[in-house]
Amino acid sequence: MQASSGIAEPHDSAAPTPESPRPARAHSVLDLVGQTPLVEIARLAHSFRTREGKAISPNVRLYAKLEGLNPGGSVKDRPALWMIRAGLRTGKLVSGKTILDSTSGNTGIALAMIGAALGYPVELVMPANVSRERKRIISAYGARIRYSDPLEGSDGAIRVCRQVLAEAPERYFKPDQYFNPQNPQAHYESTGPEIWRATGGSVTHFLAGIGTGGTVMGTGRYLKERHPQVQVIAVEPDDALHGLEGLKHMASSIVPGIYHEQELDRKIGVGTDDAYETVYRLGAEEGLVVGQSSGAALWAALHVAAEVDQGVIVVIFPDFGDKYLSTNLWLGWRDWHESLRRRA
Amino acid sequence: MAIMVRIPTPLRRFTNGSDEVGTAGSTIGAVVDNLEQSFPGIKDRLCDEEGRVRRFVNIYVNGDDIRFLSNLDTPVKDGDEVSIVPAIAGG
Repeated sequence: MQASSGIAEPHDSAAPTPESPRPARAHSVLDLVGQTPLVEIARLAHSFRTREGKAISPNVRLYAKLEGLNPGGSVKDRPALWMIRAGLRTGKLVSGKTILDSTSGNTGIALAMIGAALGYPVELVMPANVSRERKRIISAYGARIRYSDPLEGSDGAIRVCRQVLAEAPERYFKPDQYFNPQNPQAHYESTGPEIWRATGGSVTHFLAGIGTGGTVMGTGRYLKERHPQVQVIAVEPDDALHGLEGLKHMASSIVPGIYHEQELDRKIGVGTDDAYETVYRLGAEEGLVVGQSSGAALWAALHVAAEVDQGVIVVIFPDFGDKYLSTNLWLGWRDWHESLRRRA
Repeated sequence: MAIMVRIPTPLRRFTNGSDEVGTAGSTIGAVVDNLEQSFPGIKDRLCDEEGRVRRFVNIYVNGDDIRFLSNLDTPVKDGDEVSIVPAIAGG
């Protein structure tokens, strides 16, 4: 992909990486993972104002990487594929074994898809309150779901999964997204180079939400190697009790082994209501209906964008919104829409 | 006999780590107010500035979502089980 003429000049150290576009014809659905596009968030950036009334400079470009275009519908296709391939390569995943993991949804969907495509059974532990759409998609891929106590959240699913594994370790291959270095490695080898290439090396800020930390760690590591001045910023919920499915509030969670906060330049906490409103605005103003973690990431990116005079900001949109249509995300939409109508 | 309220992990810092607490009240609204008396700060996590249940919080009475009953006016009685469940499943 060529950088558009509107993108700032590349950093001096930028050396182009070879292009490898998504194939027009593929042997397997797994060949379609990655190579997602960036889309500029121009209208929303133009109309955005901080609470203090500050606008975003016209010299700042804001791009979202649309991970929902992966075949499993989310960014999690990447780490899932890398972890499974590493399992096959090292002989930890062999015929007769079942792929087992705990997940709040998107990793489960990715593992279920990959297991189906490769012919391995998949068993997933998830809190019983994950969205109905996710449960159905996972079932459609033929995977088995075990439910954990919704009051215990994703940490409860992690603990149940550990028990299941302990009872019959020989039966399972557990990718273990929270501790498997292949999770950030997937982003180091794919997401990072794709962003570098798509911006012609001009990216100045990278933002991603923290679920396991894989995206922000792996992509951030790659981008900093290419140019140490790239700012790597993680986005998390602002409180332990939140409504941002897929994101973790680190201070109150089991900290994933792959998460190394010292590698980040900054962490931004986002309120659930702010993230939801950003989702509503993305639908109405940009034609992008996304999940709440994308809304949270963009809210943070808009505030970063308002702080700088120039730059190229890239933010990860982990998935689209179709999996959340039955969830509480849309409870407040009517009120929001009504308030807009009254204002107009 | 009291009304038992099941507390999710993210709110247990208010309840000294307890996953279940006993309280009283004739409606869910009263239960929430009584929880606030015993565990100051918890109501702010459950309800917004206008006093409505936050949209990412679900409250169930004996397994039924109060949004499909009478919200905070939903009646409760001794022996009922109230569950506070985050609307999402975490990371």
